Amino acid sequence: MTTPATAELRKTALHSTHRRLGAKMVNFGGWDMPVEYSGILAEHQAVRTKAGLFDVSHMGEIEVRGPGALDLVQFVTCNDAAKLVIGQAQYSGLMTPAGTFVDDLLVHKISDTHYFLCVNAGNQDKDYEHILAHNRFGAETENAGARYSQLAIQGPAARGLLQRLTRVPLDPIRYYYFAFGAVSDVDCLIARTGYTGEDGFEIYFPPEHSEKMWNDLIDAGQSVGLIPCGLGARNTLRLEAGMCLYGHEIDDTTTPWESGLGWICKPEKCEFLGRGPLLAQKQKGVQRKLIGFEMLDRLIARDGYSVSSGGREVGRVTSGGPAPFLKKNIGMAYVPANLTAVGTKIEIIVRGQSVAARIVELPFYKRPK
Amino acid sequence: MYPADFRYTKEHEWIKVDGDTGTIGITDYAQHELGDVVFVELPKVGTKLKAGQSLGTVESVKAVSEIYCPVAGEVTEVNAMLANAPEKLNQDPHGSAWLVKLKLANKSEVQSLMDAAAYQSYVAEKDKETSA
Repeated sequence: MTTPATAELRKTALHSTHRRLGAKMVNFGGWDMPVEYSGILAEHQAVRTKAGLFDVSHMGEIEVRGPGALDLVQFVTCNDAAKLVIGQAQYSGLMTPAGTFVDDLLVHKISDTHYFLCVNAGNQDKDYEHILAHNRFGAETENAGARYSQLAIQGPAARGLLQRLTRVPLDPIRYYYFAFGAVSDVDCLIARTGYTGEDGFEIYFPPEHSEKMWNDLIDAGQSVGLIPCGLGARNTLRLEAGMCLYGHEIDDTTTPWESGLGWICKPEKCEFLGRGPLLAQKQKGVQRKLIGFEMLDRLIARDGYSVSSGGREVGRVTSGGPAPFLKKNIGMAYVPANLTAVGTKIEIIVRGQSVAARIVELPFYKRPK
Repeated sequence: MYPADFRYTKEHEWIKVDGDTGTIGITDYAQHELGDVVFVELPKVGTKLKAGQSLGTVESVKAVSEIYCPVAGEVTEVNAMLANAPEKLNQDPHGSAWLVKLKLANKSEVQSLMDAAAYQSYVAEKDKETSA
């Protein structure tokens, strides 16, 4: 592995807390981050059945303000931010002129003249430069990552335990909405969002309060079985929930139509980066599409493994691994458009061996309502 | 922690010699680095292996790890328990979760491997690197 020296990696405000808890640390997008504490399987299970606490302060924040804010957000993203009401969040894509992904992101509408974007850690600077380069709307932009810590509280018990630390009524905050208010006496943006397929919240607040916030959440969650969770479980949870990860399912070679994210692509909204190519691709139809598969054998598919059909290579696994809650081995892959029907048999090449797999519906896991 | 009657490799396998037979496994350090083990693939009985040749694969939730044969020999037994209970590798890597038994081709090969004290300082050095 070519890992830069630990000293050169960026650290969140909770770095020493993770070390104290004995977390196993890894380089993730240039950040020294906890990959697991008690073990990925236990952490995954806790989020599906109780609750988990994740430090996701490596995620980037970009703020766009001023009378031109909406125009700029609309021009660089593919979803329709004009549809947002104040206090609502939206999953979207930051687009290249070719209609491929610079990144995927959450757009929060704070006011008519203020949008708060949450972007991937490793893409933050690239995203900011990209937005800046297309700012012909006079919007004010801020690369604000250093001003925020972000914690994710996820799982069926998340709302109850978070409610013990805030007077803001959490129940009325619907999925993909947010509110401002104090959690543990610290002013936060409290969003009902997540990357696990469970109910939960992501809170944003000034980094200097991180340790107190973390400890108060751990204390408040003790009686419901909340445990600290690392990026390992975050990845197995999002894979099981069929969610895309930048650099795996989506990147600057893939479009929303191909990646199953057509629901966040609104070419009818107004002119935006990539709109022309996206309209053309929609009309012509895509040549390949992202699918979910499960292994019909005990072998495990991994990122980058080759996918074949009838002895011919037809694609690559974008993410693969065990699904700890479903107790299956699953994966996602791009395959030619004519091979995408649910039930289609494909083969995954595992260490030179051709292993049968079956295309299944995405997401693999859907939480009970 | 690391049994004195085992020998160790830099790739974190151990071997215990008993007469002409060597029992091979992975070390506690290796299981800890891997995390939760979910799948173990082992060779067939009768497979002839050279030193350094792949003898199988151990997969954790997040990673695939190739296991290398510390010395040359022929596989006489594989640990069938691991097919249904791969998590035993996390719980008892130096004991019941051994991987294979080999009929050794050349017993003296074992002498070139690290003893417990040497392996202990080798992994202590590794730990220092990652917590720097």
